[in-house]
Amino acid sequence: MTLLRVEGLRTWFPIREGLFQRVAGWVRAVDGVDLEVAAGQTLALVGESGCGKTTVGRSILRLEEPREGRIWFDGVDLAALPKSQLQPYRRDVQIVFQDPMASLDPRMRVRDAIAEGMEAFGIGTSQAERTDRVAHLLERVQLDPRQMSRYPHEFSGGQRQRICIARALSVEPKLIVCDEATSALDVSIQAQILNLLRDLQEELDLGYLFITHDLGVVRYLADRVSVMYLGQIVETGDTERIFTAPEHPYTKGLLAAVPSVDPERRSAAATVIGDVPSPAHPPAGCHFHTRCPVVFDRCRRESPPVVALDDGSSRCFLSGADVAEGPV
Amino acid sequence: MSEPVLTVEGLVTSFPGGDGGRLTVVDGVDLALEEGEVLALVGESGCGKSMTAFSIMRLVPKPGRIGPGSIRLCGRDVLSLPVTEMRSVRGSDVAMIFQEPMTSLNPVQTVGSQVVEAIRLHERVSVGDARRRTAELFERVGIPDPSARLDAYPHELSGGLKQRVMIAMALSLRPRLLIADEPTTALDVTIQAQILELMRELQRELGTAILLITHDLGVVNELSDRIAVMYAGRIVEEATRKTLLSAPRHPYTQGLLRSIPSLARAGERLAEIEGVVPAASEWPAGCRFSTRCPVVEDRCRSESPGPFAFAPDHRGFCHVAAREAGS
Repeated sequence: MTLLRVEGLRTWFPIREGLFQRVAGWVRAVDGVDLEVAAGQTLALVGESGCGKTTVGRSILRLEEPREGRIWFDGVDLAALPKSQLQPYRRDVQIVFQDPMASLDPRMRVRDAIAEGMEAFGIGTSQAERTDRVAHLLERVQLDPRQMSRYPHEFSGGQRQRICIARALSVEPKLIVCDEATSALDVSIQAQILNLLRDLQEELDLGYLFITHDLGVVRYLADRVSVMYLGQIVETGDTERIFTAPEHPYTKGLLAAVPSVDPERRSAAATVIGDVPSPAHPPAGCHFHTRCPVVFDRCRRESPPVVALDDGSSRCFLSGADVAEGPV
Repeated sequence: MSEPVLTVEGLVTSFPGGDGGRLTVVDGVDLALEEGEVLALVGESGCGKSMTAFSIMRLVPKPGRIGPGSIRLCGRDVLSLPVTEMRSVRGSDVAMIFQEPMTSLNPVQTVGSQVVEAIRLHERVSVGDARRRTAELFERVGIPDPSARLDAYPHELSGGLKQRVMIAMALSLRPRLLIADEPTTALDVTIQAQILELMRELQRELGTAILLITHDLGVVNELSDRIAVMYAGRIVEEATRKTLLSAPRHPYTQGLLRSIPSLARAGERLAEIEGVVPAASEWPAGCRFSTRCPVVEDRCRSESPGPFAFAPDHRGFCHVAAREAGS
């Protein structure tokens, strides 16, 4: 069952110039994104810095205002709702950020940070009942409930991320957007948090939109993957297929560049060269053509179509039927 | 065989703290690097790997103290050198590149003039000659349109290009040792692959020894000949790359390797290392890993283990592993 469906999402940021802050151009951070998260499943949104993946997540929560597109959740288009009517959906869709220290109020005790959302949504009838629930949540994320009157700085990075997860869970959401939620953690701690997220998903039937640059994490956690490049999704598919038979040249290059810990394979290959162009001036035609190892003339002129695959799609002339026109 | 490029013995680096005493952040580290060798120093945040590197450069921030212990670099005793001599050692014998190239470059000076300045601080050459050399270096490290980029300011360059500038500057004086502290951590994976390829090429071409400091075992596998794993201020295991990655003996190394989500392994649950890395003020007596170790025994909590030689070229600090290896 589809929990979230995003269609044609565009979020642009103005570039302002001069004394009167005239709009001189637009950074097309998100430029026509489609994606789908199924209930109880994980969609990983992967890409390198500046590709727009974080803006997609923030737009879904309307923390950024999309300029165009639909965000279907539970039969309602969140993008079309006035902000005043968003409140009930704030309970269904929660977000966990990369830096837990920056997302916890340093002067608020852990108990109050977790109970705040419950109060806002009228969950629990008394303070005592909410405190009980906080204790349960802390236990659920493997923290000691006796520490609930402590402040965030008294916890380690991994423990703080557990607090943020407990806070997100406190309002019983259906979907959690995890924006690089484990990227700041050491690998032994990251393993703990990834396992926790997986257990919670199974237990509570949560959907995750997992935004990350770490392909190892994607392979571990995701059912489906969408790969983003310069504001657009270039490939979507089942995790297993993406990793074993990537279709889009960017996905291939991304996977080839990941260093392996297998001592028999020293294989990180720089097949995608150069730097990501600025999203304020994306290249004409296919956005990826300036770095593509299999680029040909047409890619520089025309934007490639979204070609349907058995399990998803690929935005490339070489995908599907058009192969005859490719380089030989 | 000639003397190693770098020998570190019993290095201790500490800061004032604790109960009026000193907080030790590097505690008895031994390292040796041969000519042209790449040694990776691996560990999680706070294990002391960067502080070990800063100690070798004598760049430990005040009020930190380096020593006791000895650091020999290209035959010279680093810790007893006068400040002026140490300044000439940095750059010509040993150079360092950092994780964040933006903070290592002066934002109000063009990148070319910064490299020129570095060269002219150490060698009597004209500005014109130094500029020509810089342009050549920029070309060598793969900066497109090198002569135009000499006049670029750091903010005009991408993260990958800035790191290439740092590498060019570090190699401008042909040091015998390059210390690379998380050189690709801030970079995207496609850029990281390009920088790793460049470092591998340059290392082969110039024969520079590299001390690679990182938390990323994938990067380590790509670049190093030998690997030393650090935990809580001490080295816990050291071996050749293949041995350490395929047959680690120390429970910490084993746990670390199993907790990495890999591209090759789908689905199967990640192994966790229980608990958190203890802060320097809370390092336990005996083996530092004893509070998180899955195979801990009584003596681990009181007796510091090792070093034990598990095999030639493979040493470690673990009572249990030593018994199992019969060493």
